[in-house]
Formats: sequence, C-alpha cells, structure tokens
Amino acid sequence: MAISQEPVDTSTPSESMEGSEILRVEDLHTSFFLPIGELQAVRGVSFTLKRGQSLGIVGESGSGKTVLARSIMGLTLAKHVEISGKAFFNGRDLLTLSRREMRSLWGTEIAMIFQDPMTSLNPMVKIGRQVIEHLRQHKNVDRREAKQIALDLLNEVRIPEAESRIDRLPHELSGGMRQRVSIASALACEPSLLFADEPTTALDVTVQHQILNLLSREQRQRNMTMVLVTHDLGVIAGRTDETLVMYAGKVVEQAPTAEIFDNTQHPYTEALMRSIPRTSQPSHTPLAAITGRPPVATHLPKGCAFSPRCPYVQPRCHEEDPSLVSIGTSEHKAACWYPVGSDANREAFERNLSDRLPQTLAVAEALDADQGSETSADVPDGELT
Amino acid sequence: MQKMIVGRLTRLVVTVLVVSFVTFVGVNVLPGDPVNALIPIDAQQDREFVEQIREEWGLNDPMVVRYGRWLGDAVQGDLGRSLVTGQPVTDEITHRLPITLELMAVAVGFSLLIAVPLGAFSGYREGRRSDRLVSGLAQAGLSLPVFVTGLILIYVFALRLQWFPAVGWNRLSDGLGPNLKSVALPALSLAVTEIAVYTRVLRSDMIATLKENYILSARAKGLTDRFVLFRHGLRPSLLTLVTVVGLNIGFLIGGSLVIEYLFAIPGLGKRLFSAIQQRDFMMVQAITVLITVFYVIVNTATDLVYMVVDPRIRRTN
Repeated sequence: MAISQEPVDTSTPSESMEGSEILRVEDLHTSFFLPIGELQAVRGVSFTLKRGQSLGIVGESGSGKTVLARSIMGLTLAKHVEISGKAFFNGRDLLTLSRREMRSLWGTEIAMIFQDPMTSLNPMVKIGRQVIEHLRQHKNVDRREAKQIALDLLNEVRIPEAESRIDRLPHELSGGMRQRVSIASALACEPSLLFADEPTTALDVTVQHQILNLLSREQRQRNMTMVLVTHDLGVIAGRTDETLVMYAGKVVEQAPTAEIFDNTQHPYTEALMRSIPRTSQPSHTPLAAITGRPPVATHLPKGCAFSPRCPYVQPRCHEEDPSLVSIGTSEHKAACWYPVGSDANREAFERNLSDRLPQTLAVAEALDADQGSETSADVPDGELT
Repeated sequence: MQKMIVGRLTRLVVTVLVVSFVTFVGVNVLPGDPVNALIPIDAQQDREFVEQIREEWGLNDPMVVRYGRWLGDAVQGDLGRSLVTGQPVTDEITHRLPITLELMAVAVGFSLLIAVPLGAFSGYREGRRSDRLVSGLAQAGLSLPVFVTGLILIYVFALRLQWFPAVGWNRLSDGLGPNLKSVALPALSLAVTEIAVYTRVLRSDMIATLKENYILSARAKGLTDRFVLFRHGLRPSLLTLVTVVGLNIGFLIGGSLVIEYLFAIPGLGKRLFSAIQQRDFMMVQAITVLITVFYVIVNTATDLVYMVVDPRIRRTN
C-alpha cells in the first residue's frame, strides 16, 4: 500500500540528499528599454540552489520576481530587453545558450507552472494532449504509451476519474483541476528544476492549500528543485527551504525560510508579514497595508528603494543604498541600515514617531490594534494561517 | 442537431419567398416591356399581335397573380421558359451552374491554400521584414479590382507566356487537363482579392493569439515553434477567417459575374448579365432565387465549420 497522505511539513530532506549545486545565479540584471526610459526590473540578484531544495521568491507586484524567473529560464519577456549576469544550470550558463539549446532544456529539464490556469491551457486542446505533447516530441514516446503516462500523471495529481477527464477541454474543468493539469504537464518529462510562478494566486482560497501541498509533495518525492514565486509570505511558510524577499528588483532579505519568520531583519519583510491576515485577530480587523506604492522602476529613488515607504527611514537611507550583507549567521542576509530588532531601528522608530511620519504612525496604529486584540482574544501572537 | 436543421430549412424557405417576391417586383417595375424580348422589333408595331402575346404569356394579369403562378410552378421544379430562347430555364441552369460552382470552389480553395500559411507566418513574424512584405502585397492585392487582375493575368500568362488560354471554357468532360487550364486564370483573378483579405484577417488574429498565455506555456514546454504555431496558435485564430470566408463567398458571386464576362465563360453570371440586359425576367428570377439558396447554404456550412474548428462549440451543441 502506498502512503497516500503524508504530512506536508516534514523536515527538509534536501540536507540528507547529495545536495549538489543545480542552479547558481550571479549578479543577474534585466532591463527593458521603453520609450519612457530604461526599466530596471531585476537589479543584481544572486543565489544558489542545491538539488532537491526549494526556494521561495516573495515580493509585491512589480518587484521583479516573475521577470527574474523568466530571465533565468530564458523565456522571452518582451522586445528590447537586456539580460546580463550568469545563471548556471548544472554548470552551463543558461544566458549564453542558443534558443535551440534552451528549447531542449525547456519542459524536459526546466519546467514552469504559470499563474492563471484559466489562460495557461489552450482552450481548444484536450487536456490529455496538453499533458504529454512535449513528452512525445522530446522523447519519441508512441501514442499508446503516452496516453498511459498521461493517465498516470493525472492520477498522480489527484484528478478524479482521470480516464474520462483525459479527453476533456480545459473549460470543462474547475480552476483547481486545471492547475492540477498544468502541474501534471510540467512533471511529464520529469524536470529537475521547476519554476512555479504564483501557482495559486488565481485560485479559490480553499483550493490554494491543496495545490501547494500537491506541489510540495511532488517536489520532495521527485527530489526536484523548486522555485516558488509568490506575493504571499503565507504561501511559502513551512514549504520552502530558502526565501528571497525582493523589492524593486533587488533582494532585500535572504535566509532559510524559518529564519525569515523567526528573525525578520528587513523592514519590508516585516511589513509583508504584518499584512498577512491572522486568525488570532478579531473579525473585521483592517489589514495592515504597506503605506505607499512600489516605486516605478524607470524612476527609482536615490538610496534604498524602500525608503519612501519605510517606517524606520533615516536621512542616510535616502542617500546610500545598503548592500546585502550577512546578519548574525552567514546564511541570513539583509540589505538595511537599520535592521528590525536592532537598537538603531528602535531609535529610528521613536524619532519618526515624534516627527509624525505617516507610515510610522500607520504602523504604530496597527501595533496598538494588534495589542488590543491579543488581550481580548487571549491568543498568542505569531501564529500564521 | 435536428432542431438546427429544421430551423435552417424554415429560414431558407422564408428567405427564398421574400427574395423571389422582391426580385419579381423589381424586374417588373424596371423600364422596358418583356414583350420586347419575345418578339422581333418589326412585329412590335403590330398592336394586336403584341396583345395576343401578352395574353398568351399571362402578362396582363395583376403582378400578385403572376407571382403566385410562378411560385406554384417553381415548387414543382418548373422555373418557366426563357423569354429569349424559349428553352426551359431549368435546362440552361443545370448546364451552366457547374461551371460557376467550379470557378468559385477553385478560387476559394486556392486562396485558402495560400492565405492560411501566409497569414499564420506573417502574424508569427509580426513587424519583421517578411511580415511587412506580406502585408504590403496584401494591401496591393486588396486595391486591385477583379477585372484589372484578370486583364493583367490574361496579358502575362495567356498572351505573353501562352501557358493558359485567354478566354473560353473546357468542361470537365473534355478532360481534366484542359478543364484545369481554363479554370486557372479566372479562378486566380478571383482569388487575388480573397488571398489578400484572408491573409490580413488571419494575420491579425494570429498576432492576438500568440500573445495568449497558453502560447507561452506551450513554448515553455520546449515544443518547436512550428508545432506551437500550427497546433496551438492556428485553431484559435481561425474563427474570424471562417466568418469572413463565409461572407466573401457571397461577394464572389458578384466577382464571378465580372470574371465570366471577361473570360467569356458560359457560366451563370454571364447568363444573368445578358438576361438582365434582355429583360428575360424568367431567367433573372430563377438565377436570383438560386443565388439566394446558395447563400443560405453557405451560411449554414459556415456554422458547421465553426463546430469543426472550435471543439467548445461542438461540445455545447
């Protein structure tokens, strides 16, 4: 009997595996040249991933996380784009490969799951064919064998009655089912690296959880390396080994996922955490939104890009852009002059509060509300949904 | 399906009734007496003789009565006799219809054969030099009137190169080779405009389709460009093309009228032309009704093609 339901949050197996390096990104830059000027979507991102590891890339819309994933994968984003830096996949720099060479990696070695299953499946092609068409093209599998593989895959991603669903069209399935089909299709050629670009953003909340569990399970069972791109810290909590927090095209904090939650360093990460709704809050608690908007990437502010929205902002932040440096352990890096939890940070907060800085006042208000709810509901804080 | 066929047939009957009545009225209010078609000019001075002929052909009855009589005969398959030749109209139509149908079928088939790959390729290469070349050629093809295209083709391929006959028609019974030779130039003349229209329509739909997410996800699976273009891009881009082809076959009837005249092809269009000139209103009436029926059939066929192209429509029906 196969074990059909194992717990999701088991300890990460990657450390016990061979742990060889599969992806190393070095100083990746992606710029779009638009009529209004150069748009720097990714500004010098570096990270390393080992086989079987999972990485979460978190950030708001426009933070460059999707562009980063697509730049590594070499999927054309638009015209007038310039990508520089290095992205080694099993030792080969993907950014130097020809389109033909990339195509032989796409689907077979590197696969991608897209955000919206409503639009990422061809509405006029039966789902069974969409699951295995690349398998047939890449690996010369004959028709009957391919159909059997498609059936196995659909069963594996828990599509009920796969035999009858295999000849259905995408619009005859629900959103969650469609995303399962996309996942089955991504897994068909057994890729070693999987990019999941906001795989649950377009889905019902009730389905999101199932899809994420499915992805985690497949990732572990297949010892596949996964990059999970999301705007929601709640999505990566307990699911990925490493986390990158991106803001305005740069990594602002990078650490093992548990460390990010336990020992938040960057004010932006902290703000993202605060905006996760918690069950411990009484109903109708307003969400703690981050004041202001992400910067327009054609006109980035001088100094730290987050400074116009940061509750701890100091004069230095407007002048000098902090670089990503190790804080405490070597595994934990952040790019901030006044990291959260430091004395300098507390002083900055008090100073801004007395200066009545709007974003600082908003944070103070949210903290007060949180405190109030804690005493009334008597639930310990820090519990994530 | 059954419901659809019944609905279509009802619509066909109603359309034919309306069009035949309107044509009947139209032909009758035109200046000129149909008697002039029936008897020689010198006999037209003889009032008594003219009156006799009028009685004989029932031209003195009220219009509605005459229409009713025509309709009663038509339902039984008798479309009357030509006022000019005196031959049954049905005979002449069965003789000429295949020629016009062949001309149109070859023209449409030929234009699709060229326009589909050309439009798909042009959309795929949007903005590149090859796309601009195709778009420019299409623009040129669009602005050429059918008779000009015909004249150019006759000059180049019939008079200069002498590959094809300039005028005339060889029936299929005369052998496939001669038949194809005589259909080639007229069909090509008709096709030039069609190719231009179809290419542009498919190109713009293709450009829109290629921006869809499922095209990106198909490419991310490592499928070859050609596979993505034709297996994922083409089908969703065909719907407008199908509509336009359906509509354009209607316009082709008008075009074939000109072309049959130009190439001296004994088809229906040419006959309709002379029938109108000679006030042979039995013939005009019959051909108009035939065109109407043809038009409705083409429309129904278009709807069936939608089902073939889009599996979603098939499933819901």
